[in-house]
Amino acid sequence: MRTDVADTKDYRGRVHDLSRNIMTDWMTQLKDATQTNVPSAYLMISGNCVEILRCFDILPVFPEINALQLAIRKQSLPYIIKSEEIGYASDNCAYVKADIGYTMCGGVGQDGSSPTPSLIVCNFVGCNVYIKWFEHCASMMDVPMVMLDIPFVRDGQASAEDLKYVLAQLKDLIKRCEELTGKKFDIDRLREIVAHSARAEEGWSRSKDLCKHRPAPFDSYFDSINMMGPINALRGTKEAADFFDEVAAHYAKMVEEGIGVADEEKFRTVVEGPPPYPYYRSFRNLFEAWGAVAVQSTYSTVGGTWEFGFRHDPDRPLESIAEQMITHNLCNRSLLDRYDQIRSYVDDWKADALIIHSIKSCRLFSAGQGDMREYFTKELGVPTLMVESDLEDPRYYAEAQMKNRIDAFFEALQYKRMRQEAGA
Amino acid sequence: MIIDQTVEQCRDVLDLMPGEAIARAREKHPGIKGFGVFPVYAPVEIIHAAGLMPVGMFGAGNKVEISHADSRFQSFICSIAKSTLELFLRGDMEDFVGAVFSSICDVARNLSSVVHRNAPNIYVEYLHLPQSRISDATVAYTRMEFERFRKNLSHHLGRPIGNDAIAHSIGLYNKVRRLTRELYQHRKERPGSIAASELYAVVQAGTRIMPEEFIVLLEPFVEAVKQREVHERDCVNVVIEGAFCEQMPLGLIDVIEAAGCQVKDDDLAVGWRLFEDDVSTEGNGTAALADAYLSRTVYTSVRHDGDQPRTEGLVRRMKDAGSEAVIFAPAKFCEPALLDYVMFRQRLEKDNIAHLKVEFEEKMWTFESARTEMETFAESMLFD
Repeated sequence: MRTDVADTKDYRGRVHDLSRNIMTDWMTQLKDATQTNVPSAYLMISGNCVEILRCFDILPVFPEINALQLAIRKQSLPYIIKSEEIGYASDNCAYVKADIGYTMCGGVGQDGSSPTPSLIVCNFVGCNVYIKWFEHCASMMDVPMVMLDIPFVRDGQASAEDLKYVLAQLKDLIKRCEELTGKKFDIDRLREIVAHSARAEEGWSRSKDLCKHRPAPFDSYFDSINMMGPINALRGTKEAADFFDEVAAHYAKMVEEGIGVADEEKFRTVVEGPPPYPYYRSFRNLFEAWGAVAVQSTYSTVGGTWEFGFRHDPDRPLESIAEQMITHNLCNRSLLDRYDQIRSYVDDWKADALIIHSIKSCRLFSAGQGDMREYFTKELGVPTLMVESDLEDPRYYAEAQMKNRIDAFFEALQYKRMRQEAGA
Repeated sequence: MIIDQTVEQCRDVLDLMPGEAIARAREKHPGIKGFGVFPVYAPVEIIHAAGLMPVGMFGAGNKVEISHADSRFQSFICSIAKSTLELFLRGDMEDFVGAVFSSICDVARNLSSVVHRNAPNIYVEYLHLPQSRISDATVAYTRMEFERFRKNLSHHLGRPIGNDAIAHSIGLYNKVRRLTRELYQHRKERPGSIAASELYAVVQAGTRIMPEEFIVLLEPFVEAVKQREVHERDCVNVVIEGAFCEQMPLGLIDVIEAAGCQVKDDDLAVGWRLFEDDVSTEGNGTAALADAYLSRTVYTSVRHDGDQPRTEGLVRRMKDAGSEAVIFAPAKFCEPALLDYVMFRQRLEKDNIAHLKVEFEEKMWTFESARTEMETFAESMLFD
């Protein structure tokens, strides 16, 4: 039975507050940097090498986070339209359009919320749109761009040649950072930073692992956003590492006390695909109403698949950064690797169903998700729901239709469970 | 006479299903199997040297009803991905040993996975073609990637793909590309000597014919085109940009010229004529192909080149062709072309160069709206 208590539920809790505090500190630094000469650099989220920038005290700026925030604050549409006015198509990635529109409107630079970057570091890790996005930013702001071409995982893992290729590019980046800042590269400093990364990754993994418990202490799709900012943007800082120690301890305590994120955990799901940020809360409520909790999600691993054991290594800082960029993140792996990842989530986190949120903007995620549905329903027998909207563009979210599909799915799942219980 | 016959012959080839193209090739190459090449580029010489027939996988146009692929790919995914998959799901690729995809876009990458899962008997290879500026590391990487392709294919086939064979294949494809370049150059110098749809039909047919036979067909054709009488007409000289992957319907290409434009250059099937000059047939063939890919290719929307931006490439291409305007022809939902349109457009407007955008889909069958747009565009230029 669907309940409506979720309509008024407050999802904010301790982890949300902790996350907000350290993310706000970073955003304040971004704002302050609009008035100073502090060097800053654009970087993409997936498989990033933020540790190298940090080693030179270069402030990392993530246009994806900018786009995300515009969407979740329901401010994205005017900027999307602004971009469409200069030629972007309605079918282009709305993350790009929102960020470019925002930049055109003065959101970046002296009067904006983040500085004009000193450098644009395009970490091409899977998503081809990254290249275009950063080419456009570089052209629009007349900022030099460094391209990091990260070979896609073709034969299951990175080859020695792939690693060599990426390492050579990282060394080039280091030279560019030296030129930009006038600072000499200090490998020991990088080791320290990488050690902070590893500690954060450990806390991330411990937290994710705790969702194997019933009830799960947090929703690994909707609540993971609180951890994604710190792990992807603030990785390599002591603050982020401390944050994850605290988060893991907090969730461990919840597990110990038998407290779950849902009032009553009725369905355990794995969610594939990014969320509809402009309708984040109402989308969540549609699941919460059924007592459905995401115990794992693929979207949370765009930056890194830490829960499968990889850690940055202070003894091999550059090599481990290269390995993470190539192999240990969702974006640079094939769709079939993603099937394996989801399969492991379903099995090891004991999920009842797979929810695929197919978004128009991001074809890296969405292209072929129909096949994913075929595979999980027909070959593995995992009940699967596929719904469509967008992560940024509010025009693609149809609340009533979304609700109908989600309600029908869980109703069917509930009925199936009742029949199974009656049969047993 | 030769021109009409050749074009007719090539149009027939374009109407063939992939398996039929292989069957036709077997008349001269008994027992040969096909190997699909998804746009934009793959080193076809290595495939040919392996004793296989490289076949361009440009979707299925209007020839196939999409019955299964729609359930795998959503409505907002380009047609070429769906119709290519449909061919595999229908069993139309049974005479194919394998297929190669490359890092051109997110859809192509995921398509390679979906084909891999749904056509388990097909060997699927994925190439990560470099996007970085040219350095020693890029050269080493690219050579390794082409060598990996050779080794994996050789291992799959259980037979070596030797250097001599690769050199021979490079020689053949060099000749095909040289003749194709001649055609393109001749069209620039004597526009009207070959219609855009004629040239396209011939070039595209070359992706479905063994190079040995294609050369035989192409040589007299090039000579005949050079001898063809040209009647000058009032029209707008244009280049087509954006159709580097999914290909425009022939009807739409016809409409562009019928509406008062004259195509002087285009990027149709550009991956099959990517090199600006001959690839070396000396030494290691895979290394020669890799080096040529890095340093002697025309720009495309699927490759970043920080030193030579594509926007400047387009302006240069226009000037070389002596054209006055650009027709942007991105396939519907084609992210690389649609994103590049913004940058191209800004660059053209800086120099007050006229342009028109016409999106297409491979199943497009009515061109009235495009015709009206083109006619208005051409008239606005001609009577300005």
